[in-house]
Amino acid sequence: MTIQFKKETFRDDFTFSNSPEAIRRFPFPFDKDQYMYAVNIEQHMPGPEKSPYEFPIDIDEHYVAEMEDRALVLKQDPLRCQSLPHMITAEWDLVELLMESMAKNYPEHFQLTRDGDRWHWVNQPLGIDQRFTFGDTATLPCPPMEYITRQCQGDFNLLDQRHDNLWMDAGIVTTQADWSLDFDIGMNFMEWHAPVPIAHDLGVFDRALKFLLNLQQGRPVRRLNWTMTINPRLDTSPENYHKWGIDRTTVTPENVGNKVHLRVELQALWRLPRSNAIVFSIRAYLIKMEELVTIPKWARRFHRVLRDLPPELADYKGLTRYRETTVDWLSKYDDGAPTSPGFFPD
Amino acid sequence: MPIKSRPIYPGLKLDQRARRHLVAAEGEGALAVLAIFEGKGDAAASATIVYTPGGSAGEDHAEKLADLKPDALHVMPSQETAIVRLNGLLGNAAMGTRLYAAGVEGFIGKVIASGLEHGVDHQSIYTEHCGSLARRVQCVHCKGMTENVTATPFTCSHCGLNLFVRDHYSRRLAAFQGVVVDCETPGELPEIEELYR
Ligand code: HEM
Repeated sequence: MTIQFKKETFRDDFTFSNSPEAIRRFPFPFDKDQYMYAVNIEQHMPGPEKSPYEFPIDIDEHYVAEMEDRALVLKQDPLRCQSLPHMITAEWDLVELLMESMAKNYPEHFQLTRDGDRWHWVNQPLGIDQRFTFGDTATLPCPPMEYITRQCQGDFNLLDQRHDNLWMDAGIVTTQADWSLDFDIGMNFMEWHAPVPIAHDLGVFDRALKFLLNLQQGRPVRRLNWTMTINPRLDTSPENYHKWGIDRTTVTPENVGNKVHLRVELQALWRLPRSNAIVFSIRAYLIKMEELVTIPKWARRFHRVLRDLPPELADYKGLTRYRETTVDWLSKYDDGAPTSPGFFPD
Repeated sequence: MPIKSRPIYPGLKLDQRARRHLVAAEGEGALAVLAIFEGKGDAAASATIVYTPGGSAGEDHAEKLADLKPDALHVMPSQETAIVRLNGLLGNAAMGTRLYAAGVEGFIGKVIASGLEHGVDHQSIYTEHCGSLARRVQCVHCKGMTENVTATPFTCSHCGLNLFVRDHYSRRLAAFQGVVVDCETPGELPEIEELYR
């Protein structure tokens, strides 16, 4: 199964779009007609064929373009990739997890050969052929976490576990929904979640943390999170908010379909074998309203979710300014018919 | 509602079991230091105090600290120089030393950050917040620090953007986060509120 990688951009002329197959496999995050924060964690088991859950690490048609966008972000702002010194073992664990998974599930594109700690990695879409010694940082062109995550879709955090808490002690974050790695690095689970409304009072974070502290090796978990983005921009960082924030004022009834995007994060967590750290992957999927409404169930459901979203959540996610215009546009695709339970299209 | 990422400053108390006391104080923080060492001559004799008067210059706090007869008293002209002196002392600190910090939040934050760099766990540091509620804020855009912020929004002292002070605190940076406030409404600023006097 070879993937046709698209040539497209996530900035300036914004040529990103989804093929009809990519639309059908979009990880639509609502299984009901309304939304509230919950401890929505499930086992990260292989899902239906062709879905983004089929393999532990999902590579899709946007791979090459996303990696180009990441390189641009890192060139402008090296602070998007940081790691505290004690995380080096976890970095190597991450190299193993990602290379193994990509090579196993996409053998036409990635190949890994291991001979003891002498490894040979081939990444065909990006034209990379690298021999290195596992565990020896000097044999790679850059530190191990940066090396492999420049070649894998999604942001990544490495979390150290101590004092019954998780500490965000390393990460690469170039496609985030408005939070800063540079500000949050070194914080614990409760501290970095401080700005989130309502969820603390619902006990969501207490229960989620307790669950994660017991995460077992070989039993990864996943959850979905979502927000909205104007234009298919991956780099919606606070660092650059003074440049992209203005986009939120440009939504009109005429351009909703093309400009307004649902942004879904498929987040997965693995316990790592050598370091006992946890890796947290945040893989962003974008879909514009025009594409979303080609699935009638999703159009009806998203209209209802967005219309009835509690105002604190809308404010926190930054949707307030264009929410009404978007709800009005979506209402044309909602005939009031009941929707079937579950995430998948009918 | 308390800010979940913001440290809690429970107030100074004397650690009777510590062999040495390393005390960093700013401004009105001197009063908290006086309160715990008053009448405790033995403890004071094993204390090293680094003090910068800050906004309390003109009061006689430094003289009163000297009257405690600490092992050493370093009166420094600014927060920066006090932290440089503290770093020197932390580098040579013996086992059994307790670290104390008292003063405005930005100063306590810098003491905690210095402690972190020298392997002192932040939870082991005794802290007391005294004096103004002014915040130290990092601009998320240019990464510049602005000291003594008393109102939101305010102007970044480095890049000049109008920043809103978000209720999010980084211990590593010893600062709150400042985010541009008017990029979605160019030319329209919310009213300035003096929240952190
Ligand atoms: C352990 C790995 C995790 C990391 C590194 C992480 C990180 C973050 C960060 C940085 C934010 C943005 C906070 C801000 O506004 O500055 C966030 C938001 C959030 N997180 Fe997590 N998180 C993790 C796990 C979880 C888990 C397991 C849950 C489960 C309930 C969760 C629930 C949420 C929610 C509900 C939000 C608000 C999202 C929104 O409304 O858009 N997180 N997380």
